[in-house]
Amino acid sequence: MNIAEKILAAASGREEVKPGDIVEAKVDMAMANDITGPLAIQAFKKIGTPKVWNNQRIVLVLDHQVPADSVRSAEMHKIMRTFAKEQNAPLLYDIGSGGVCHQVMVEKGHARPGELIVGADSHTCTYGAIGAFATGIGSTEMAGVFATGEIWLRVPSTIRVDLAGSFQRFVTPKDLILYLIGEIGSDGATYKAVEFTGPGVFGISVSGRMTMCNMTVEMGAKTGVVSPDEATLEYVEEHAEGSFRILGSDADAAYEKTLEVGIGELGPQVACPHSVDNVKPVEQVEGTEIDQAFIGSCTNGRLEDLELAAEFLKGRKVKKGVRLLITPASQEVYMQALQRGLFEVFVNAAAYVCSPTCGPCFGGHMGLLAADEVCISSSNRNFVGRMGSLKAEIYLASPATVAASAIAGEIVDPRGYSGV
Amino acid sequence: MEVSGKAIIFGDNVNTDAIIPGKYLTLLDPAELAEHAMEGLDPDFPRRARAGAIVIAGRNFGCGSSREQAPIALKHAGVRTILAESFARIFYRNAINIGLPVLEAPNVRNWAVEGDMITVNLEEGKVMNLTKNQVVQALKLPGFILEIVTNGGLIEHLQRRMGERR
Repeated sequence: MNIAEKILAAASGREEVKPGDIVEAKVDMAMANDITGPLAIQAFKKIGTPKVWNNQRIVLVLDHQVPADSVRSAEMHKIMRTFAKEQNAPLLYDIGSGGVCHQVMVEKGHARPGELIVGADSHTCTYGAIGAFATGIGSTEMAGVFATGEIWLRVPSTIRVDLAGSFQRFVTPKDLILYLIGEIGSDGATYKAVEFTGPGVFGISVSGRMTMCNMTVEMGAKTGVVSPDEATLEYVEEHAEGSFRILGSDADAAYEKTLEVGIGELGPQVACPHSVDNVKPVEQVEGTEIDQAFIGSCTNGRLEDLELAAEFLKGRKVKKGVRLLITPASQEVYMQALQRGLFEVFVNAAAYVCSPTCGPCFGGHMGLLAADEVCISSSNRNFVGRMGSLKAEIYLASPATVAASAIAGEIVDPRGYSGV
Repeated sequence: MEVSGKAIIFGDNVNTDAIIPGKYLTLLDPAELAEHAMEGLDPDFPRRARAGAIVIAGRNFGCGSSREQAPIALKHAGVRTILAESFARIFYRNAINIGLPVLEAPNVRNWAVEGDMITVNLEEGKVMNLTKNQVVQALKLPGFILEIVTNGGLIEHLQRRMGERR
């Protein structure tokens, strides 16, 4: 079996599963945020069971509309806090203690190898980076999980992406995943798992793997996953506690198909308006003028991403007339960036540094776009209206491409951007 | 169980940001969400769907976010069922869980035009175009999913199941 099948077999108490099987699986951890949580809590209360199945296995994160930008948001947050108190559930990450939910789940050790994790957020698939089977669900389904700790799942077939080589300078895991989404298409992996294998993946950090697994949902995937290796175990040892099961793919595991990618041949990629699979090499969009640039989100708001941006921004200024928003993905990332002097670099470059939030990425609040404005963003979706006006345009790229473009005032290839 | 309404047609990759933009996600009242259903594609949609609509679309309907507000907005705007060539998986589950029937129906898109009267038999997966007097077959829902839908959604389904256990 491959890793996705092994985890689902273990979670459903079976010796073996195969694609297409429908299993009733036991959930290890369940996560909801301030946009999906209140609906889940309302639905849970209707079921009529007073207590959640296990109050130690529920993680509640306030991250989307934080800090509360309206009375409505404040009321949503209150529902989350009250529920955590009622259920005596300790894993509530209020503002100041957490950050963007997916970053929090991994860095606080709530997502661990071999586990089945469901989250009421589509980017829950991020945790495949540490060898978990993690998938997004909706609020009502989450209410069912809160009540029973179980969920039905169809065992997905798996697309293997076999990686060789290593990245050119200023080409990143984001460029790789954008390239793959362009190849596979926005529904090419619907109901499937995507597993990254091969020697190329060993050289990619857990942070980079998170970026790759995070965006597998943009090709419709149920989850993205990497079998645990030394880098995984090192990360987990540092961040998680307790025992867990290390599961990885067998050498003879079955896959629906295998794509081979030589990472070294890849250049920077850009997803153009208005769909994530409208991906072009950066050369084809160079010169596109921008109004806003954004570095952050569960896709690219980690320390590695901010350090990469700082390489470009050090001693430079964001082009006059362009605004650059930088949002660390969590309090922990915020502190690390602070200690390493990155904020000094950013502020000197005239970037606007925000606190951890999902705000700009999903057009909830902060940094919205006006009609006819163009944004280049390190986030994950460029749908019409995603970041504000229905008439704005969004280009998705790596933190390197975003930072270089913010300085140039137009989309540029970070590899050839003068002075770096 | 049969549902009926006028056909409203969309293309491929109708995403959840188009169905209900992020700025409305703090609305908890389904009726308020419904006022903004499909705002990213057709601001006139709530008016057109009010009397009962069958949405017909292409591939990958509901792609994007896990926001359950998307199927909730559609259901409360008057959508009785969605027929699409394919659905994004989280949207599909969300729709079933809130009691909005969704059926995969290959090639359904060229089979009806805007405003045709459509009736869908959910048990049989049979789709009738009353305007054109034609019938096509959608993929049938698996038994346990049909049961969730006909019970009105997952919560109602669980209430019933837990009631039976008591």
